[in-house]
Order: sequence, then C-alpha cells, then structure tokens
Amino acid sequence: MPNFGEIELSRRDVVAGAAACAAATGVPSSARAGTGPEGPVMAKVSLTVNGERRELELDTRTSLLDAAREHLRLTGSKKGCDHGQCGACTMIVDGRRINSCLTLAVMHQDSEVVTIEGLGDPRGLHPMQAAFIKHDGYQCGYCTPGQICSGVAVLAEIKAGIPSHVSADLNARPEATPAEIRERMSGNLCRCGAYSNIVEAMTEIAGRQA
Amino acid sequence: MKAFTYERPGTPAEAAAAVARRPGAKFIAGGTNLLDLMKLQIETPTHLVDVNGLGLDRIEPTPEGGLRIGALVRNTDLAADARVRRDYAVLARALLAGASGQLRNQATTAGNLLQRTRCPYFYDTAQPCNKRQPGSGCSAIDGVSRTLAVIGTSDACIATHPGDMAVAMRVLDATVETVDAEGSQRTIPIADFHRLPGDTPHIETALKPGELITAVTLPKPPGGAQVYRKVRDRASYAYALVSVAVVVQPDGTGRVALGAVAHKPWRLEAAEAELPRGARAVTERLLAGAKPTHENAYKLKLAERTLGAALTQARA
Repeated sequence: MPNFGEIELSRRDVVAGAAACAAATGVPSSARAGTGPEGPVMAKVSLTVNGERRELELDTRTSLLDAAREHLRLTGSKKGCDHGQCGACTMIVDGRRINSCLTLAVMHQDSEVVTIEGLGDPRGLHPMQAAFIKHDGYQCGYCTPGQICSGVAVLAEIKAGIPSHVSADLNARPEATPAEIRERMSGNLCRCGAYSNIVEAMTEIAGRQA
Repeated sequence: MKAFTYERPGTPAEAAAAVARRPGAKFIAGGTNLLDLMKLQIETPTHLVDVNGLGLDRIEPTPEGGLRIGALVRNTDLAADARVRRDYAVLARALLAGASGQLRNQATTAGNLLQRTRCPYFYDTAQPCNKRQPGSGCSAIDGVSRTLAVIGTSDACIATHPGDMAVAMRVLDATVETVDAEGSQRTIPIADFHRLPGDTPHIETALKPGELITAVTLPKPPGGAQVYRKVRDRASYAYALVSVAVVVQPDGTGRVALGAVAHKPWRLEAAEAELPRGARAVTERLLAGAKPTHENAYKLKLAERTLGAALTQARA
C-alpha cells in the first residue's frame, strides 16, 4: 500500500476517488432552458445491498451500478460498456441477474441487491468464485465479477426450469450442459477469451448442485 | 444524460395522466432501451413516470380461451410460462432468441413492443436521421444499410423494427390494450400497432401521447406446429438479419410473419394462401414491391430460405 504522507491509500480508494471526481465534473452546469429541470434532481431511495439496509439521496440519473460503485464504494461490479452489451455490471436484484448499468437506482426502492462483494470474500469464497480460481476462468479479471454473478444466477435459472434458445424441448427440464451454459452466458463478454474455462467452472458447480 | 424529475404513480390512469400533462414526459418500465438512448441523448425526457409498481405483471386466462399478458410481465417470465411454452411456442421461441438473459430479466412485454430501431444512423447523433430529428434527412438510404428494411420503406426512412417478440405476436394475432389520461380503454390489433415510416418515421406506433399499454392479449391457441427461426451474425445475443415466425396446420394451411425486413413485423394474409406451393411462392407474394438497397438485397433470398427451413422444421 503506498504511503502519501499521513494518508494511506489503497489502489481501490484511488480508483473509487477518481470515479467520483469524474462523476462530479460530468454534471452539466445547466440544462437546456425551459425544457427540463435546471440542474440535477435529487431523490431518496432505500434498498438492501448485500444484506445491509442502505439509504441514499441520489441524482435521479444515477444508475444502480454508479450508486454501488460511487456512493456505496462497492467497486466489485465493473463498468465495461455502460450500455448493457458486456455484462461486466451484472448484479442479482430481487433474485434475478440484470445489467445494473441499464437501471436507475431510484427504481429500486426496497430492492434486494447482491453484488460480487455479497457472494463471498477472500475469507469465505462463494463456491462459484472458488471454481473460477480452480479452473482459471479469467485472465485480466475485469469481466469476472459480472461473469460470476451471472454464472450463479444462470444455474438458478436452469434449476427453476427456465428454457433457453438452445433447449431442444421447451417443455422439458433444461440441464446445465455446455451448450446451455454458453447460450445463457452470452450476455457476458470476456475479451481475454476465458470462456471455455468459465464453462468448466460452472459445469463443476452445476454437477455439485445436482 | 439530461436531468429529469421522477415519479411513481398509483394507477395506470394516473400514470397516463402524468405523461399526458407534461410535454417531455415518458413512461419507464424495464428501461433497458430507454436508459441506453438517454445516455446517448437520443431520448431526452424531462420527467420519468415509473410504471413498475402498477401491478400490471400477471398472465391470466381470458374467457375466450386465450391469455392476457400484463404490460409489465418480464420477457423471461413470459417465455417460461407453462401455458406459453405449451400453446404459444412461437412466442416463447421468439423471446428466447432475443437479447441476453440479463436483459430478458428486466425487459417488459410492453417495452419490447416500443423498443426503438437499431439503425446505426439513429444512434449516430452526428448524422442526419429523420426518425431522431424529423426533417434532417436519411443517412441510411445511401449509407450502411446491410441490416435495414427492404419493404414498406419510404424516402424518409429505411429503419426496421428490431425485435423478435412482436413478430410472434403478429403471427398470433395479438391485441394491445391501453388506457389514456381520461381513464378510457381501447384495444389495438397488433397489425395496426406499429406504423410504416411514410414521411413521419418518428411516429412509430398508433399510441396517442400519454396512452399507456396495460396488456397484450393472445386469442385462443392456434394449434399447429409453431416455429421461430432467426438468422443473425452470431449464434447468440444479436439482432436478426431476417427472422421468420410460422404456424403450420396439419392440412398445410398456416400463417407467416417476417422480422427485420420492415418498420413493423411483416405479414400479408394473402401470401399465406401460397403456403401449399412452398417458401418461394409465399415470399414472392410477401415481398412483392420490395425496394432493397444494394447492401441488403440479400435479405430477399435469405427470407425465402429461412422460411423454407422453418417450414421443413414445422412439417418434420
């Protein structure tokens, strides 16, 4: 950890602080005259994040992803594309995986949100986290929090009997085959190309669950 | 993103009134398309009316033997519903062919119908686009048009409706139920819901300002073999280049709708009379008068072949 005089900063603090600065300068000084609010509109929202009740007052424009990263300092969820194309921001909200960049925090009054930090930590890894390590399911790691949140939810979706595009029979119970896993994980991109190892990690956990 | 005020109304009629009385107001449901467009400042609402809490999230049987799908039913829940999987397989298949698992968990039935085109020039705010900025011109007609419409186009716009769900809804003869600011309700046949671009491509549906979709209703199951076949640039999580929804009865009669060829799901009941003569005869009739660009003329042949494959699958 670098020591800047009396202030000790971790890399995570620096990254989070930089993001907060960028967000502050991104606020427009005035909206177009007469067409909308003159400046930022603040709203209160309370929700449960990783089992903890959180009360926030946010600019209505704040995505759930930015609320977590910049206001709750939960920087595990990543901002890849910010347009719902890459899946790096995937969180499990009210039991379902969603792109947290494409939903407003104020739309989540009373929601139950689970981020990668809520699945496990270095002292107590979630089985999916352990399986990603064992099977080398990542290289740079940037997409990994989203991959793991998605992976946990995908196995729950298969268990709940939700069909997919590759399910041969819509009315049969789907199974966690490699083809099913690949199709269901298509909303999570990995530029390092760790896909086959991700499938192996998920297959192991699916087998353990069965 | 432009600043906006936000409210959560208590009833569908209150929501409709809240949007009708404020120019610049919009409904937000799943938000997966709207928020994306707001980040790009293609959509710049000044007020958002959140309809998620209105209880429009149930799937119920109708007295006529069909299904009434609440406007807020998520795409995942609709595709996974046992009645939809059994009786309206073409709809379940269309939904599962679209977007990603994360997006289907968030996107709603009504929002899916209202999604905007993915024409690259609609997204590029540095280029003219009559849909984004009426009167500015169409960059696509002489531009990159490989994914765009081949029929029902106009000199003002060659964008497509990009979705899969609406194509299945069209082949199933769904109807769209709405409520307006005065609380009065109406029913719009899906055939009349989406408009052709004409000289007002920015007006995409039959909805009036402030009119809120409350449900989409399916008539009783059509039976037959139901197939949704989608051709795209990659195997998953991509928009269609061409898609086909078919319902084929044991006597060889049936219904056909095409996706990604027009500004709306493309179905001509007259063309369905050609079904016994095969895919070529149907598509010749269905796509008669098509005006493709040099980049997307391949869609005519692709539609014929995709329909041929879908019919083979349906008759297997």
